[in-house]
Amino acid sequence: MNRRQKEEYLRDYSVLKAQGKPFFPYAVAKDGAMACLVLLVIILMSILLGAELGPKADPTTTTYTPRPEWYFFFLFELLRVIKPPEYVALATIGIPTICMIMLFLLPFYDRGPERRPERRPVATLTAILIIGAMGYLTYEGAAAGPPTQIDTPTPASVIAEGPKVVQQYEAGRQVAAQSGCLACHKIGENGNGGPGPALTDIADRLPAAGIQRTLINPTAPMPSFKSLQTNQPEKFKNLVAFLGRLKSESGTAGAANPGTGSGG
Amino acid sequence: MPKLKLPVPPLPPSMRPPPKRPGAPKTKPLDAAQEAGIYTVDWIDERTSLSGGLRWLMFRKVPKGTNWFYTLGSATMFAFVSQAITGVFLAMYYRPDAAGGAYESVRHINDDVFLGEFVHGMHKWGSSVMVILIFLHMARTFFFGAYKYPRELNWVIGVALLILTFVMSLTGYLLPFDQRSYWATIVANNITASGPFVGPYLGDFLNGGAEFNATTLSRFYAIHMMLVPGIIGALIGAHLYLVAKLGTTAPPWVKAKPADELTEERA
Repeated sequence: MNRRQKEEYLRDYSVLKAQGKPFFPYAVAKDGAMACLVLLVIILMSILLGAELGPKADPTTTTYTPRPEWYFFFLFELLRVIKPPEYVALATIGIPTICMIMLFLLPFYDRGPERRPERRPVATLTAILIIGAMGYLTYEGAAAGPPTQIDTPTPASVIAEGPKVVQQYEAGRQVAAQSGCLACHKIGENGNGGPGPALTDIADRLPAAGIQRTLINPTAPMPSFKSLQTNQPEKFKNLVAFLGRLKSESGTAGAANPGTGSGG
Repeated sequence: MPKLKLPVPPLPPSMRPPPKRPGAPKTKPLDAAQEAGIYTVDWIDERTSLSGGLRWLMFRKVPKGTNWFYTLGSATMFAFVSQAITGVFLAMYYRPDAAGGAYESVRHINDDVFLGEFVHGMHKWGSSVMVILIFLHMARTFFFGAYKYPRELNWVIGVALLILTFVMSLTGYLLPFDQRSYWATIVANNITASGPFVGPYLGDFLNGGAEFNATTLSRFYAIHMMLVPGIIGALIGAHLYLVAKLGTTAPPWVKAKPADELTEERA
């Protein structure tokens, strides 16, 4: 806005203001009515939805899937949409930071004198697009529940290793299913395809020792499984044994095996 | 005899009290009470000169065309006040003890304290309501072009308030210390620590160490109930001062037409 436009705005505004009504009691009455409505909604939500307390926090279990408050779902889902691991930092830090800076600086790069939304098509469309994207991501994030079952067939190579290994493999499958891995990783057809990489053939890329190292000292945002190792070393060993045998050639060799998959 | 004259509220003519009749008796008990009230207000005003500021704040005009969309800002503030009040009552019973006391105290609030779960629920759902209202208020400001000259600074303060509101929900989410809040906070802290430059320091600050430990909870509690609410309160004050000083915008499609006297003059 140049100087003439600024002065024009201030002049028009002072006329509009002079023709307006006093804040008290007219605006105060409206604000008060709105405040009553807000209070009513909060009270109703409290009565109807309550404030349920989940199970007590237990750092030694990893059987819980992290889930944020619903209004963070769009950020959460953004992580899942942007899949390649090298871009995870972009989703967690990059995009939110850029959006925040753009939001802060809005009045400094959008300085046109026009205020009517229909005459600012770029601004209006961008805003509608962003609101739509946030709404969509929130919806998707709310809908995506973490599965707790892994029903991949037991590969022939594992069966060939003998019943003891099969037992360990199945136990590890159960630990993986209950540990919330599937919230961020895909194993076969199970789980969500991000933000973490698919684990279907993780053993092709990482040896068991490497998998163990990653579980204990993961890259953010994955939580560490160190506490599982210290508190329940048997479970941890089974988990590593299971993940360390997820190879791509497993295919359909070992057909479905009754009694596999994990009960809840 | 008080010097202060209370301003007559600008009520519509039908609601104004009728003027006193000349023959009516002078002092009824009600009049005496009113006199005492006026005297007290006058005593305070003589020493603080508050009445001028109050008059400036309350009897400023809001422009023509102001509609219900303009109540979203005050509704957000009201939601914050509601959060502050319910929060004070929750803080009376809450213990930020990661060893189990925190969870136990929230369970105590829910199960034993009179109206405990109700107040806890108001605080929990009030946060959702506040987030929704702050977004609606921001959308109104955006679509009405109200962030433009001369209100740029107020927009910046508003965005800071939005981010602080998110900080409040993030820190408050941990406090019940159940599985949900614990694991969500671990991930959130991991994400924070993965940021470039300040990320690791911020992560260390939030965790109170290299990773989640016993002091993290009390840290989050202090941030949640003292640091951030204090900053939010101060920023709301600045936000309101600028609103009162610059005036609320009129809807962009309301056009100013010149005052009647001017048109007549021109004719």
